[in-house]
Amino acid sequence: MPPETAIAPAGAAKPDPAGSRTQARARAARNHKLLVYGARILLLVGLLGLWEGLARADVIDPFNFSMPSKIWDQITQWALNGTPQGTLVEQIWYTLYEALLGWVIGVLAGVVLGIALGRIRFLADVLGPYIKVLNALPRIVLAPIFLIWFGLGPASKVASAVVLVFFPVFFNAFQGAREVDRNLVANSRILGASNRQVTLQVVIPSATSWIFTSLHVSFGFALIGAIVGEYIGATKGLGLLVSASQGTFNAAGVYAAMVILAVVALLAEGLLAFLEKRLFRWKPDDTGEAR
Amino acid sequence: MNSHTSPAIELRGASKTFRTPSGGLHTAVRDLDLTVGRGEFVAVVGPTGCGKSTTLTLVSGLEEPTEGDVLVAGEPVRGIGDKVGFVFQQDAVFPWRTVLSNVMAGPRFRGVPKAEARERAREWLARVGLGAFEDRYPHQLSGGQRKRVALAATFVNDPEILLMDEPFSALDVQTRALMSDELLDLWSGTGASVVFVTHDLEESIALADKVVVMTAGPATVKEVFAIDLPRPRRVESVRLEPRFLEIYREIWSSLGEEVRITRERGAAHAA
Repeated sequence: MPPETAIAPAGAAKPDPAGSRTQARARAARNHKLLVYGARILLLVGLLGLWEGLARADVIDPFNFSMPSKIWDQITQWALNGTPQGTLVEQIWYTLYEALLGWVIGVLAGVVLGIALGRIRFLADVLGPYIKVLNALPRIVLAPIFLIWFGLGPASKVASAVVLVFFPVFFNAFQGAREVDRNLVANSRILGASNRQVTLQVVIPSATSWIFTSLHVSFGFALIGAIVGEYIGATKGLGLLVSASQGTFNAAGVYAAMVILAVVALLAEGLLAFLEKRLFRWKPDDTGEAR
Repeated sequence: MNSHTSPAIELRGASKTFRTPSGGLHTAVRDLDLTVGRGEFVAVVGPTGCGKSTTLTLVSGLEEPTEGDVLVAGEPVRGIGDKVGFVFQQDAVFPWRTVLSNVMAGPRFRGVPKAEARERAREWLARVGLGAFEDRYPHQLSGGQRKRVALAATFVNDPEILLMDEPFSALDVQTRALMSDELLDLWSGTGASVVFVTHDLEESIALADKVVVMTAGPATVKEVFAIDLPRPRRVESVRLEPRFLEIYREIWSSLGEEVRITRERGAAHAA
């Protein structure tokens, strides 16, 4: 409440404008949000409408470029009647399984090696150049080799996901282990921590925010690895769906597989963001109740 | 055997030279002789950046002297001993641990069972007045409260030697005076020997039994002044006493010259 003012009429009128001002501000914020969402939807509808319209009017070739309604038909048809390779859920599950497995293996290897090299100078000096060479290699070309090594099954896709995931995670974990606050390390050593305790209880926790930034990017890489692997040769999966559609000149099929992939990737990203929020409760956040 | 008669800390002709990133050599401390008796509170003052902190890292065992000897309880320092506590200038609390878990860290590192560590941590948290904050994370605390966590985390290990590197310099003036009083209270029960590094002369006189003035870098001991102000002291009131001002004037005449030298060097660098 504002303090009482000497002039009675003004004082009586005072709380009202203040109250309406906060209300107005809240309303403006709400309106802004609605406007943003509205514009987003309008943009999407406009683009899809334009695409559909141009394709129907034969300005662009519907055979090559397809159109949103056909893509939607393709998705529903796959969902209801199954794909040539089996049910749609099965294809999604295969791709997800390969990507997830590759991601987990790549992340574990990246974190362990990154922390180890970040902590042990000798290892970093010896292995450093080799890791740089491997990183310079465009790793996606390894996918055909993995296909030869591990066959058409999931193993070759997991392998290509692993090599894509490993490097960004490794470099971030390495950097994270290197950039640990020196004061914090000195303090824990004074408090009596052994080398192992410093690694497990100081270096790893403070490197987690570095590692997590790479997890977001690397899940996308895992999906790429799995899809490209499937595209080159597989018995099941969304990548196979893309290549099979392409082989039958079914443009709508290619787009439909892309849409499904995008949804899957977004869901995975959301899950990761949720986990991150749980794990980083100790971090100050700008919207939080803290302080 | 001699650990009961020897002074708590002894530096004999200690020097420390660092290699700078550009490949040159930088001497932080040179030919340093310093003795700290048992249970003594020694403040080390000197111009900023003269190498006071290096003295502490030598005593703590975080760094080894390039030349000379560093003895703690009559024994040469080899690595980090378990008798030492260190309060850093910056916050050195673990941001991902709660207040209680931060204070438990020391005993847990040293293999104390969890229940006992928790009990001791709670006791010290109560003593620094943070009993109600044990579930908070450091970012939810004020600067002064974080410093209290750091003090509790240090004292919970029962250090015989307490090294403090400008611990309160990041706090505002009022919080600083309050924390100084609290430090004296906490310390008076422990019998620990303290080396307190600061560039604030007032703070050093108010706290210490002995004030050591360092030269402009590379640091070495210039003069040592005994502070005969009676204890217990209150920081806010002791500095208004005439004797305090006398001591202040006396030490400043020694310290001021070193500060001037440092400043002139800085100006020469800037030019």
